[in-house]
Amino acid sequence: MKFYIIRRILWMIPIFIGISFFSFILINLSPSDPAEVAIRVNGITPTEENVAEMRQELGLDKPFMTRYVEWVTNALHGNFGKSYITNKPVISEFAEAIPATLYLAGVALVITLTVSVAAGVFCALHEGSAGDILIRGLVFVGTAIPSFWVGILLMWLLAVEIPIFPTSGMRTVDSVVLPAVTLALGYIATYVRLVRNTMIQNQHANFVLYGKVRGLKNSTITKHILKNSLNTSLTALGMSIPKLIAGTVVIENIFAWPGVGRLCVTAIFDRDFPTIQAYVLIMAILFVVCNLLVDIGVTIIDPRMRQEEG
Amino acid sequence: MAGFWTRFKADKMALVMAAFLGIVILLSLLAPLIAPYHPAHQDIANKFALPSAEHLLGTDQLGRDMLSRILWGGQITVLWSLATMFCTIGIGILLGVVAGYFRGWIDEVIMRFCDIMLSFPNEVLILAIIGVMGTGIFNILLAMVIAKWAWYVRMIRSIVIQFMDKNYICFAQVSGCSARHIINKHLLPGAMGEICVLATLDAGGIILNISALSFLGLGVQPPTAEWGMMLNEAKKVLTINPWQMLPPGFAIFLVVAAFNFLGDSIQEALDPQLDKSMKKRLSIFSRKKAVA
Amino acid sequence: MSNLLAVRNLKVTDLRNQAEIIHGVSFELKKNSCLGIVGESGSGKSMTAKAMLGLTNPWLRSQGTAELSNEHGVLDLLQQDESTLRAIRGQRICMILQDAMSAFDPLAKIGSQMSETFIENKGICRSEARSMVLAALQMVNMPEPEQVLKKYSHQLSGGMLQRCMVATALAMKPDIIVADEPTTALDSINQRLVVEEFKLLRQETGTALIFISHDLGVVQHLADQVLVMRSGERVEYGEARSTFKNPQHEYTKYLIDSRLEMSKSFQKAMKRGAASA
Repeated sequence: MKFYIIRRILWMIPIFIGISFFSFILINLSPSDPAEVAIRVNGITPTEENVAEMRQELGLDKPFMTRYVEWVTNALHGNFGKSYITNKPVISEFAEAIPATLYLAGVALVITLTVSVAAGVFCALHEGSAGDILIRGLVFVGTAIPSFWVGILLMWLLAVEIPIFPTSGMRTVDSVVLPAVTLALGYIATYVRLVRNTMIQNQHANFVLYGKVRGLKNSTITKHILKNSLNTSLTALGMSIPKLIAGTVVIENIFAWPGVGRLCVTAIFDRDFPTIQAYVLIMAILFVVCNLLVDIGVTIIDPRMRQEEG
Repeated sequence: MAGFWTRFKADKMALVMAAFLGIVILLSLLAPLIAPYHPAHQDIANKFALPSAEHLLGTDQLGRDMLSRILWGGQITVLWSLATMFCTIGIGILLGVVAGYFRGWIDEVIMRFCDIMLSFPNEVLILAIIGVMGTGIFNILLAMVIAKWAWYVRMIRSIVIQFMDKNYICFAQVSGCSARHIINKHLLPGAMGEICVLATLDAGGIILNISALSFLGLGVQPPTAEWGMMLNEAKKVLTINPWQMLPPGFAIFLVVAAFNFLGDSIQEALDPQLDKSMKKRLSIFSRKKAVA
Repeated sequence: MSNLLAVRNLKVTDLRNQAEIIHGVSFELKKNSCLGIVGESGSGKSMTAKAMLGLTNPWLRSQGTAELSNEHGVLDLLQQDESTLRAIRGQRICMILQDAMSAFDPLAKIGSQMSETFIENKGICRSEARSMVLAALQMVNMPEPEQVLKKYSHQLSGGMLQRCMVATALAMKPDIIVADEPTTALDSINQRLVVEEFKLLRQETGTALIFISHDLGVVQHLADQVLVMRSGERVEYGEARSTFKNPQHEYTKYLIDSRLEMSKSFQKAMKRGAASA
């Protein structure tokens, strides 16, 4: 198993290089001239002279590879340049925004886990009952309903009409509830179905028959079924974690949550290229690292995934 | 294929959903002809009107007729989404069939490319492309095609590979039919069912994505009507006119739900034994029986 | 010799479409004897055994009688409730399934699964159960039993897992062992080992055996009585030796003729194996 981890980590190097290259190239593909944008954004009309000046200031007149290497070296030191708009170092804004996003994603994950497992197991154990049918109906609705609509509905219901929760921001402890619940809903729908179907499938598995044949208690057999079902479901859920982190953009926007998603959208509107560049690089790296951690985690939970040493 | 149509026609709900979607698409196409008002026509004096005979779905913050805006909005939310889907599927079929049929080095190249694309998170990629190209509905379409094509190529390639194992393809190859003939006459018709399932189930996701991006303001610009953008406007006046968020939200929900349901139905009609929970374990003897 | 198990007119009906799957099968099993149930796949051999133990799917209904006797009296298995049946399964009647690979929980070690059988049926503690498992594995001549305990099912071969199941059954010292196609999923070397094990088991423990198989050669080797089934019906039933020599029913003749060649070569392998052992 150690070889597997080492191999995966080594593979990350070319992937990181590819990601950094792509992130860097991205800006250069823009139809607009970054120098012009940087000037225009501050309310100044671009003229030939100040554009040329800005180009020099931003180092845009140097050859491509030099710029790329410079950018990567700087990035490795955490220097992503300054935002065109605020003129503050990009990295400091990310340093504030990333924990907020991770916090939101984390709470959403916990909610998804608890609700999915509870509902899925319930449905499987009471297959065909009214509760099962009701939950399955809700699941179908959950996969079709736009999350931003639910967010607004919840906001109206529980923050405006019946003011239990704050409508936005990250100020109080309960301000994470509405955004996290909204974020979790789509995932809950998927995973309730997965847990339920996996459990039902496992109920007909051969090892269940053998358990009965051996005279095991029903509770013991159910424990075996549960372990197998959760194993599969947790593996699948783990694979969603990176997606969860990357996908907070809309929710952050609705609830004015100060995370990276909001940072990026604002940057897009402001054409703040350094921020956008940094966003792509940081999120892509986070994504790849998360995937690796999840894969390692899966190998630990499931003995079948472990490479044999002998 | 005959079995598929019989089963599909027997599924009443699937037919209802297909009819519903057909009507939605038709209404969207005909919006300029049937909408009672122009979607940008303002009537400030009449803003925030609740549903009435004049305005079946009320008016928004600028007094514009919600029903007309929903009809016109369908053109973007539904029709553009379908366009996006067809583009992505087109690329997916092209590259997926080439990779899956010919295998070898071309398969390797295409797959490596896909791997690189797929190692980027979807959402980040879309935002990056929009960030670079600028906002606008066409850029959204472009961004979504660029972000999703690799996934489609992967899926269609694995469908193709499964089909390559089938006897009638091998037979056609052995009897010297040209690759184009095999692909057009045998492979594509056979694989089309599963590709349709893929397309239908993904159509809903694309609609949700496009409306979400428009909701963020990255897609259409006002006064263009689009369901996601309408929700954005509704959010701003949430406290004053909560009703406004219902029509566009419901519209998105109903269309996506219909696509999801249809996709599931097509999948079941294709392979009725798909109820995996009931699938008995095949012993090597039952396999003998199935062949005979 | 008295009957250990007497099955009379066992019928199994599918409640969903009212189709009768098993049509009134009757047979007897005497103490210390081996009954071979043979037939092609789909003949209902496994279902008969499962019906006796109450292990069929919920939409199947079993009728008839299946009387299990011991010194305390007679029990009709088909009339018992689930908890009584559960006590009987694993303790008085043990079953060995066909597909050993999938019979074990893939996430738990083999040792713990074998132990849990003993713990739950005999009420002993974990360390006692562990010693029982080791003893049982040694009884079936499993190499390196301590290592086998720690492995997962995907790390062992089908043959080894099969022997673990046999070991579990043996250690419980039941009245009857039902072996459902134990040799089917194995290669011929392992087949030989398993058949040897069963012969040993019969000699040493005197447990009655119901051996279900489509493989006539194997059944011929082990069975005292043979029950031939086709499409859920009893086609022929009697002493094994005479049935194989002088089959009465057309179908039995057909089975024997078509398998004769195969079973001949199997027996040759058995003899060679016995000679070299």
